[in-house]
Amino acid sequence: MSTKLLFDRIDEPGLNTLAVYERRGGYESLRKALRMTPEDVLGELEASGLRGRGGAGFQMGKKVSFLPKGSIEKYLVCNADESEPGTFKDRELMQKSPHMLIEGIVIAAYAAGATRSFVYIRGEYVLQADILDAALKEARAKGYVGEDILGSGHSLSLLVHRGAGAYICGEETGLLDSLEGKRGNPRLKPPFPANQGLYQGPTLINNVETLSTVPAIVRMGGAEYAKLGTETSTGTKLVSVSGHVRRPGNYEIELGIPSREIVYGLAGGPPEGREVKCWFPGGSSAPVLTGAELDIPYDFDSLAKAGSMLGSGAIIVVDDSTPILDLALKVAKFYRHESCGKCTPCREGTNWTVKMLERIDCGEATPMDLEIMASVCDHIIGNCLCVLGDAMAMPISSMIAKFRDELEAHIENRRLVAA
Amino acid sequence: MSARGWDMPADLEKYPATIPDPASTPVPEGLRREIEAHMALYPDSRSAALPALEAAQRLHGWCSPEAIEQVACVMGVTPASLDAVATFYDMLETEPVGEHSVYVCTNISCSLRGADELYAAVRDAAGEDPAFNVRAFECLGACDIAPMASVDGAYVGPLSVEDVPRLLEDARAGREVLPEMQLARRPCADPEAGR
Repeated sequence: MSTKLLFDRIDEPGLNTLAVYERRGGYESLRKALRMTPEDVLGELEASGLRGRGGAGFQMGKKVSFLPKGSIEKYLVCNADESEPGTFKDRELMQKSPHMLIEGIVIAAYAAGATRSFVYIRGEYVLQADILDAALKEARAKGYVGEDILGSGHSLSLLVHRGAGAYICGEETGLLDSLEGKRGNPRLKPPFPANQGLYQGPTLINNVETLSTVPAIVRMGGAEYAKLGTETSTGTKLVSVSGHVRRPGNYEIELGIPSREIVYGLAGGPPEGREVKCWFPGGSSAPVLTGAELDIPYDFDSLAKAGSMLGSGAIIVVDDSTPILDLALKVAKFYRHESCGKCTPCREGTNWTVKMLERIDCGEATPMDLEIMASVCDHIIGNCLCVLGDAMAMPISSMIAKFRDELEAHIENRRLVAA
Repeated sequence: MSARGWDMPADLEKYPATIPDPASTPVPEGLRREIEAHMALYPDSRSAALPALEAAQRLHGWCSPEAIEQVACVMGVTPASLDAVATFYDMLETEPVGEHSVYVCTNISCSLRGADELYAAVRDAAGEDPAFNVRAFECLGACDIAPMASVDGAYVGPLSVEDVPRLLEDARAGREVLPEMQLARRPCADPEAGR
């Protein structure tokens, strides 16, 4: 039996209501936190080693500590714009246990000294936003959110803000512009949001899963939480497994277990008679790994060492029935559509990559095109305000590197057919 | 994707529209109240642009020039600044569309499980029907029920081509679409999560 912190009896009927959540000990962590000083709460978060669950994997406690001290108005924004292809964990958390997120937000805001908070939820998540709004209403009525929370003197406003469909709004500075009522174009960094974020004020931005973990950390104590997982990837993680597996869905795992246990053990592996050709370990932005790389431990550092990343924890499994070119085209077209167009390398690079991949499909490409494509990808990486372009360049480069023979054969076949 | 903005030349003879004059811009009372309520929630009222445009779209069916003008009037901003916003987001429509939206996810996980065939089937059945707004959509965050669609905001899946006629019938009748396939009632996949 593995440890369940986020998914513990997640399907209990009525868990989305305050009554059931409180009966299960909900908001006790908030009471405990409010009896501590904000510095001590921050200390627990730092001791937990919790790394951001949205994609970048940055230490949450450290992020909180970057906010300036003093009486300046600070903001907390929960990133619920879950749009990374393959990711659907925050959706299940918000739908089934919205109070856990609200409790986490209030505690994190207390530690950070933030007095205004927002949940930026993607517009497509209508059901989840409605559930969050209903839960928030209950939490406000009970005094868990609002003025002078439980008589502590600490106040926090919280608002659920619905997006309107744009992948880039999951990028933290694009999200801030969108929350300010503009097009969701990413901003130049620095200044980082911790110094100048929402309305130019210091802003802490965290993912839904990260904030939902906070009540458990306060309950257990940071040191106890850090015993779960590995030394540098502590705790449990929700993984969203999809694609060619028999049991797609969300699973809560302890970080550091072999990836094979997730793909085959939990999700059931590919259908009868099929093999894993490749898999994205952390959303479609992560470089692909092959079926031979399934024994890598599933944690931040092991995946980085293998040349990929844990990202949002979205595992997309692709079996041997899928040509790698089809996969590359899907990936490239997505990023072309979602590029905001602000930076030239990304706007042009994603477009040209799609065109070159299509050229392969119509039999007009030569093997040299693979070199050009790889060089286009090289020129995108690190040259834009945000990592959207990199998020296409990394998986495409990995496909060219790992499946070059197949792509070259594809080019040759299509050329012969066209001729 | 709409051709507005990128492919149409600007009319150089025309001056950009200024902030609409409340005295000469009629705004339906309900819409005005809804937008003002949103504006009051934020430290900077301009943050209300997305909820305000969503409200106007709900009333007008799409972000028509008239809808944009009404929002601009209440918010005290130029129509162009809202046009810029409306053209950026996939869920804001800058052309007239059918009343019932059917977003078929065609991103990687769904397409690995047959989403492209599903989308073609929905298009064939309802693409020309003025009651529907059929679109291929980027990852909707429901790869566990792939291939799936969001029908008037409700997630359903896993869908097969055979489900398409009933899906459209339910949507047209305004009732819950394919109740047994609604994501809202799906239990967690993790066998140890439990009740």
